[in-house]
Amino acid sequence: MYDKEKLSHIKEARQQWEENVLAKTLKKAPESKEEFKTVSGSAVNRLYTPEDIADIDYENEIGYPGQYPFTRGYQPTMYRGKPWTMRMYAGFATAEESNERYKYLVSQGSTGLSVAFDLPTQIGYDSDHPLAQGEVGKVGVAIDSLKDMEILFDGIPLDKVSTSMTINAPAAVLLAMYIAVAEKQGVTPDKLRGTIQNDILKEYIARGTYIFPTEPSMRLITNIFEYCSKEVPKWNTISISGYHIREAGSTAAQEVGFTLADGIAYVDAAIKAGLDVDTFAPRLSFFFNSHNDLFEEVAKFRAARRLWAKIMKDRFKAKDEKSMMLKFHTQTAGCTLTAQQPDNNIIRVAMQALAAVLGGTQSLHTNSRDEALALPTTDSVTIALRTQQIIASETGVTNTVDPLAGSYYIEAKTKEIEEEAMKYITKIDELGGAARAIDLGYIQKEISDSAYKYQMEIESLDRIVVGVNKYQVEEEPPKGLLKVDPVVGEMQKKKIEDTKAQRNNALVNEKLESLRKACEGTENVMPFILDAVREYATLGEICGVMREVFGEYEQAVLL
Amino acid sequence: MNRPIRVLIAKPGLDGHDRGAKVIARALRDAGMEVIYTGLRQTPEQIVATAVQEDVDVVGMSILSGAHNHLFPRVAELLKEQGVDDVLIIGGGVIPDDDIQGLKEAGIKEIFTPGTETSKMIEFIKNNVRR
Repeated sequence: MYDKEKLSHIKEARQQWEENVLAKTLKKAPESKEEFKTVSGSAVNRLYTPEDIADIDYENEIGYPGQYPFTRGYQPTMYRGKPWTMRMYAGFATAEESNERYKYLVSQGSTGLSVAFDLPTQIGYDSDHPLAQGEVGKVGVAIDSLKDMEILFDGIPLDKVSTSMTINAPAAVLLAMYIAVAEKQGVTPDKLRGTIQNDILKEYIARGTYIFPTEPSMRLITNIFEYCSKEVPKWNTISISGYHIREAGSTAAQEVGFTLADGIAYVDAAIKAGLDVDTFAPRLSFFFNSHNDLFEEVAKFRAARRLWAKIMKDRFKAKDEKSMMLKFHTQTAGCTLTAQQPDNNIIRVAMQALAAVLGGTQSLHTNSRDEALALPTTDSVTIALRTQQIIASETGVTNTVDPLAGSYYIEAKTKEIEEEAMKYITKIDELGGAARAIDLGYIQKEISDSAYKYQMEIESLDRIVVGVNKYQVEEEPPKGLLKVDPVVGEMQKKKIEDTKAQRNNALVNEKLESLRKACEGTENVMPFILDAVREYATLGEICGVMREVFGEYEQAVLL
Repeated sequence: MNRPIRVLIAKPGLDGHDRGAKVIARALRDAGMEVIYTGLRQTPEQIVATAVQEDVDVVGMSILSGAHNHLFPRVAELLKEQGVDDVLIIGGGVIPDDDIQGLKEAGIKEIFTPGTETSKMIEFIKNNVRR
């Protein structure tokens, strides 16, 4: 970024400063530690200067927002145009209760919906399945059939909101239900905006709600890409997620490297299925974590954008710039929240949210203070939403695009994370791609090594967690936590019985058989799923047919 | 008896959060114990079968999904039905204080909540293991 002469002056001046000024101070007052590290454990220098960014070419590497390589943001005006989407992940118990929570969030200024499903729904079991017992409605809303989905979005016009659904293995089924609800509201699929997570690889790696083996799972995903590119063009067909990889304990660079490696696998699969890269790549979206280390996180978001742009351009020969733009949702890091002194979590979330905004996120979920204890109460969710509104309205950080660009530290870290992430991608390529690297346990092992190191640092006090290993107090157990009534399981069972009694069962069986044939063949399964959903076939019935045809994934158990 | 303490770390239910379970499994192993990890999505029946087959001294279960009241006591009950009464059962995860007493009455000897140091858990196991 500087000419040679200028740089040699800077270097000289720095050396003089070290000898004359710094040395004296260090002699009188040594620094508090020998090594300073980011949360991810990478080294941080005392001072960053133009020397650290001398080999970064401004135009090619940093550039302008809304233009390749998108380091400074995916869009030219960023938050001066409109703030990020404030999208609070919510859902619990029944569709009725969750619908109430969504309406409350929208009334409080939330600008997008984000649906949390319970574990049976995420794993394709109806609420009356033996394995669902004790889990119904616990970590999200229970959806068994279109009936529940109609209630979930009752009174919410689907052409007016954008909806994100955290659903992976059965994503095709839930998307079909969403399309069917919209039809009943008179909204055509081309008007629907939203995202399905639909990222199976990170389920195998870190999140655990897989159903089918890798190959049919990748087919379902590419079927969705293809179907949506024609029928639901404004829908983000996948949210390639680093969030859970980071929650499982990875470093920032691993989060970027493993997530983009998953992204590469999806693009490869779609191209192999005969799709042109520019037909589906503009609808790929990403999902990252925002952890505690403010500057490292900002650098991470910038590095991810730059690296993905290069991958799409150079590796996949994308021509449409929209295919190269990494758009992402962010959630603050649940794993950093403490059960001890839970109000402190409000502060952690605020700073993590700030990092996401300084890093240029497109949408944001802020965690509630009680996340380490239970699902959030309405009061806690409101504080978390207000945190975003304060950042957007009061702090002034939205006034200019990518405000930390040009910081010697931020630019140096951005480059370092990009390079480190690229090393992981190269390693995964050598192993035969992300799916193979997961089968070998490579990615899981890297993450659990980092997680173990992190925990040991906490226990040896190398890492301070306020309220946990320092500044502890005696506390009364927290009061007023949200509890999901166990009766929810019984209510859902009753609803399934009623639905099955009211629908045309012969027609349902016919649709399920057509779906079975489609699964056995090579056709796109989406239209068949949609047909079955419209007749109130349950999620468990549809996934049951697919389980029979596709089989189930078996996790490699590694320690 | 000089054999190392044998521990089964189990993930009952549908919950996929296994960071804690894996970290603890490794910490116990580093502390000299023999550790078997079940992997995800285990039914209480599967956990008990593994515990019996592997002849473990400790069963440690982790749940973050809120299904603990349903699944932890079931494991204790099944162990008892199998005539196993000398295995130390412990649990951990996102478990509200209000639920802990009930779980203890159901035979879960101790519940470790977020923020617990692995060293505390190791000490607890060493002091309470029954064979």
